[in-house]
Amino acid sequence: MEFDILMLLKAFLVGGALCLIAQILIDKTKLTPAYILVGYVCSGVLLNAVGIYPKLIKWAGAGATVPLTGFGNTLAEGVKEAIKKDGAFGILYGGISATAAGITAAILFGLLWSLLFKSKNK
Amino acid sequence: MSRELYKFCLFVQIISAEWGDFLNRQEYIEFAESRAKRTTSLKNCIWAFVVGGFICVIGQLLVYAYMNVVKEEKTAYSLTSVTLVFLSGLLTGIGRFDKLASRAGAGTLVPITGFANAVASPAIEAKSEGYIKGVAAQMFVIAGPVIVYGSASSVIYGIIYYISMKIAGQI
Repeated sequence: MEFDILMLLKAFLVGGALCLIAQILIDKTKLTPAYILVGYVCSGVLLNAVGIYPKLIKWAGAGATVPLTGFGNTLAEGVKEAIKKDGAFGILYGGISATAAGITAAILFGLLWSLLFKSKNK
Repeated sequence: MSRELYKFCLFVQIISAEWGDFLNRQEYIEFAESRAKRTTSLKNCIWAFVVGGFICVIGQLLVYAYMNVVKEEKTAYSLTSVTLVFLSGLLTGIGRFDKLASRAGAGTLVPITGFANAVASPAIEAKSEGYIKGVAAQMFVIAGPVIVYGSASSVIYGIIYYISMKIAGQI
């Protein structure tokens, strides 16, 4: 992958647009941030299933992988690859194994920060 | 702007009794409030777009940096997510994340930074309740639902994919 300044612009536009949609949803409806996160991950799975999301990643790179829809896309991509490799058993492990690095990092660092820092409110 | 608008409303009130009835003070307040809400909403949207886009640009730069070290694109994307998780957790710990998030709204929520913050923030908050029922349990208060519905939808998709591949005879 070569450095491409246009790619940075595309990442900005796609990433920004995905955040903009969520902001409009928060402002116009009563959806809480937790619903937005869950909704984005499930949408990512759906958008991968219909074949849109892999194209978006090819076009906008991190602009599509960094938002949580990218997390959903990785879940779906992992399931597909696991099924190709191990058949029906892949249905069970494919999603989480593909996203394991991100989930474990979030848990591990979460634990680390709670050891290092104190709540600012108390 | 709204001050001038109010003056204009008063002017209209004076010249027209019917209009004056329509634009009484209570209705004016409602009108002004709805207008104020619209401008904050627009401001929120701009903030969300710019901050969200900026985080993704940082992500893309990280991808380029990691591509020098690893071969596969997929690994570079994963490492980028891990790095952003690390950074946003750190910013949460030192109390900077919330300040940015209160302005950026969905701009920091939707990128993986929001997920990391949703893990780190309740974990730090719950420290006083101990490391089992506090930190470790509270860590999943938002991340839990994301993982539950994420993995559930991936299994549903997996079943559909498996059946369609079977029918197509590709497995």
